[in-house]
Amino acid sequence: MSSNHDHDHDDGHHDEGSYLTPRGTLFETVLSWVYTIDHKKIGVMYLTAVLTMFFLGGVSALAVRLELLEPNRIDSVLTIDPTTGAESIETIEKGSFFKSIGLADNLAEANIVYNRAFTLHGAIMVFMVIVPGIPATLGNFMLPLMLGAKDVAFPRLNLLSWYIYVFGSLLAILVILYMGVETGWTFYTPYSTTGDISQWRTTVMVASVFVIGFSSILTGLNFIVTVHKLRAPGMGWFDMPLFIWAIYATSIIQVLATPVIGITLLLLMFERIFHIGIFDPGMGGDPVLYQHFFWFYSHPVVYVMILPAFGVINELIPVHARKHIFGYNAMAFASLGIAAVSFMVWGHHMFASMGEIAAAVFSALTFLVAIPTAVKIFNWVATLYKGSIAFNTPMLYALSFIFIFLIGGLTGLPLATLATDLHLHDSYFIVAHFHYVMMGGTIIALTGGLHHWWPKMFGRMYNEPVGLLGGSFVFIGFNVTFFTQFFLGTQGMPRRYASYVDEFQTLHIISTVGSWLLLIGFLIHLFNFLFSLVAGPKAPPNPWGGLSLEWETESPPTAHNFHHEPLVTHGPYDFDRVLPPHCDPEDFPLPDKPLDH
Amino acid sequence: MTAIDPGTAGENKLSSNAPGWERYKQAEHFRTQEDEFDACTQGFWLFLATEVLLFAGLFCFYAIYRLKYPEAFANGSHYLDPFYGGLNTVVLLVSSFTVAMAIRCAQINNQRWLNINLVITLICAFLFFFIKLTFEYIPKLSQGKAPGAFFSYPYAHDPHEPLWWSMYYMATGVHALHVLIGASLLGFVLFRSVTKQAYGPKHFTLLENAGLYWHLVDLIWIFLFPLLYLIH
Repeated sequence: MSSNHDHDHDDGHHDEGSYLTPRGTLFETVLSWVYTIDHKKIGVMYLTAVLTMFFLGGVSALAVRLELLEPNRIDSVLTIDPTTGAESIETIEKGSFFKSIGLADNLAEANIVYNRAFTLHGAIMVFMVIVPGIPATLGNFMLPLMLGAKDVAFPRLNLLSWYIYVFGSLLAILVILYMGVETGWTFYTPYSTTGDISQWRTTVMVASVFVIGFSSILTGLNFIVTVHKLRAPGMGWFDMPLFIWAIYATSIIQVLATPVIGITLLLLMFERIFHIGIFDPGMGGDPVLYQHFFWFYSHPVVYVMILPAFGVINELIPVHARKHIFGYNAMAFASLGIAAVSFMVWGHHMFASMGEIAAAVFSALTFLVAIPTAVKIFNWVATLYKGSIAFNTPMLYALSFIFIFLIGGLTGLPLATLATDLHLHDSYFIVAHFHYVMMGGTIIALTGGLHHWWPKMFGRMYNEPVGLLGGSFVFIGFNVTFFTQFFLGTQGMPRRYASYVDEFQTLHIISTVGSWLLLIGFLIHLFNFLFSLVAGPKAPPNPWGGLSLEWETESPPTAHNFHHEPLVTHGPYDFDRVLPPHCDPEDFPLPDKPLDH
Repeated sequence: MTAIDPGTAGENKLSSNAPGWERYKQAEHFRTQEDEFDACTQGFWLFLATEVLLFAGLFCFYAIYRLKYPEAFANGSHYLDPFYGGLNTVVLLVSSFTVAMAIRCAQINNQRWLNINLVITLICAFLFFFIKLTFEYIPKLSQGKAPGAFFSYPYAHDPHEPLWWSMYYMATGVHALHVLIGASLLGFVLFRSVTKQAYGPKHFTLLENAGLYWHLVDLIWIFLFPLLYLIH
């Protein structure tokens, strides 16, 4: 991509070492991370924090699934004392996992523990894992590299956003673990304003989400300015890798939507502390107004979660299929189109509480989202067509993503349709749908992207067969866990209940077993990554034959990213006409005739 | 942004007597000082957009409950004295003018009037708080015109007046918090200007952005004033 590759014989520059090289003593090295303003180190710090949160959220998800393994039962047993003949009726409460491990004394308490467990799961996974998941980790690390910049526009702000994120997350987790929050991750009024009003726990929880919001705003703002101002010479807007376009669209939503949740949560805190009445019908307020405010942020944020995932897939498929992305401009504009439409669809979370005309308008607008999304799916499939596909872990994840996200997207349509939504809302159908798009979209793309960029980030290769094994477990486990929930939902199983009628048990057992397969898959990945860090083979600068700028520098990159400022002379997907840097031409040969695109 | 990133990183040691703005060098990932200024200013405009959206929620609060309870809101605005609201509007407009003059003084390197203008701006910020507290918040609260559940004013005309007061205190309170933040930022700018002559023709990024912030604070008040005090 540039006319000045960093060849290995380029003497005099290698003294500075990679960004991972320890500086001085152990204490100094730790300090160099704590005070770092290097976007690569901050990206790795974010990755560590996000994966820790993912572990916590995953454990609570497994606990939720275990509680649902059996329905709660209360058996009455009549016992007759053989000597005196006295009769006594004893009730036995069965079927609760939380009761059996001693977290609760009876079923009523077990239900409260269940509510806390799914609140912990939902809040962690949404606010602390999926929202920052791709932009703050892979985005932070890769965005300046892909743009050919030395750093993001505001490096100190970047570090600040990490500290804000960690502080807010720790506060939220401590509150849920020690005091317990039972509102679900949405904090709907009146659950969040009338329950345990003398307690501070819900207020502190809301405050911590408010704090995490600042980290999201600062990251988005930083990335927008970086994309505008720090592109390498020769890189126009339409020469950028599509991952950058996706991060850019994401950042716009983060900057424009997050302040609204800020003021909403502030109003909620004041409602709790000073009882200002805005959400209290007793004083003339309106609890549904909270839902409008909340979803005006949270629906756009659904696309904050998924757009970066699209961006990752946009890199994985062309590189591992060795083919120019089909419809570059359509892909870029689809990202912006999704960002634009995302602000106009929040009402579909409240179909039942608005007039018919308003509901019909929101329904129609919601259908619009399907168009740019479908453009992306078609373009990925068209990119694969006649490509030279390498079936490795990143490609497995890209294919998983297309398969899973297609199901997730299509099951959104019956939920956008008024008539069917009335039956399906607040059922397991919804649960299955958003896990197909959130987890099957974002987490799958994050894991795939992590494998793709792992050699660049840490300078070590992971073990390919083990990666494929883990990926297969995740794919199968995911579908076993969540596909069954579509059936549960259409049969009438409501969400957020700790128990159910006996008829649902078979499907719940299948779903819980699926969650164990998922656990095995992620553990395999974890051990593969840890083993790679310790003893993996050294990674070449460009193991996949990629053409975007991050593959021009070493693996791992030097502290300043590039030895010389790169000059962009070709597009990021011109695999049919440009030989990739640092590669043996025989590994990635050019076709006889360039494709017409 | 600049508030956190005042860019003291790369000051060269060539002439230690030169004023701060002349010795300033941009952070190393920017090609030129102009690039850095553009980036910081763009970032700051984006930040201002987030502030506008934050207040949009409060304006929504106003619009929705005004439509729902027009009587209570019309009545509510009669409790407010347009004189003090107008006085505060004048105070903020004057301070906006002086902060703009301060930026101009930096551009033409008039250090003396740069500092004087900043001092006047800070005095205006103080005046704003003084008027707000002495003539508005404290008398009203002592009469029981308090938000939500704390409302105890015995002569209320409308059962929904507590909601009006909730809105009034939320909107003006969040605005007052922004006045406080803006004044602190300008105070920091003044400190750097007095001690280091940090702002001059070649470098005035933080001053410019603090000024932008102050204009936003002023602008939000320009919308709050008619909505709260003038419309009946």
